[in-house]
Amino acid sequence: MVLEISRAFADAMLEQSRAEYPDECCGVFLGPIGSGKPVRHKPMVNAAHSPTFYEFDPKDLLALYREADDNDEEIVVIYHSHTETDAYPSRTDIAYAGEPGAHYVLVSTRKEIAPTTELRSYRIIDGEVTEEPVIILD
Amino acid sequence: MSIEVRIPTILRPYTKDQKTVEAEGATLSAVISNLDSQYAGIGERLLEDGALRRFINVYINDEDVRFLGSLEAQVKDGDSITILPAVAGG
Repeated sequence: MVLEISRAFADAMLEQSRAEYPDECCGVFLGPIGSGKPVRHKPMVNAAHSPTFYEFDPKDLLALYREADDNDEEIVVIYHSHTETDAYPSRTDIAYAGEPGAHYVLVSTRKEIAPTTELRSYRIIDGEVTEEPVIILD
Repeated sequence: MSIEVRIPTILRPYTKDQKTVEAEGATLSAVISNLDSQYAGIGERLLEDGALRRFINVYINDEDVRFLGSLEAQVKDGDSITILPAVAGG
């Protein structure tokens, strides 16, 4: 699998991760069911407001799925930032990954690599992490 | 008593890929037992040590069951239950 995502969307994730630093930021990209294409960006609130944890508010989560259903959309990408570590899924990311069909995107804002920011994508299925190439479309 | 239960993708292997199933029960706890009797194994994915798993969200109609008494939440005919895994991590 490959994640293809527009430059504007990639930049939007990176900007959000910097804006919400030192907390982790999070959000999703939705696309028409079955398309596998991220076409609509929805930044989410990190209800944990934490530099080491993120969680969608349960109310926001329900609203998100309802909205996706109403629009015949699915969640194509689930992303969050790591503030001081690699853009690689943490143990908790793997344990709680509940969308086997989604691309899990990680961006890292750790200082050693600023101002460039890492952006990597994974599938996380049954505790198994598989990194996949990311193609940024200009 | 018939309750509609919406199943998230990750649990659909238990429900033969059905997105929505029917269950019975007057409380969430009873509904989960009923679900597990129809779809063996699904109960364990929702419960841990007799409580709802921390990273599983369950809603009755539009309300998070944590505000309705969790497993003791009352369910009535025609209610719709939605199960969603939390989107969370570190």
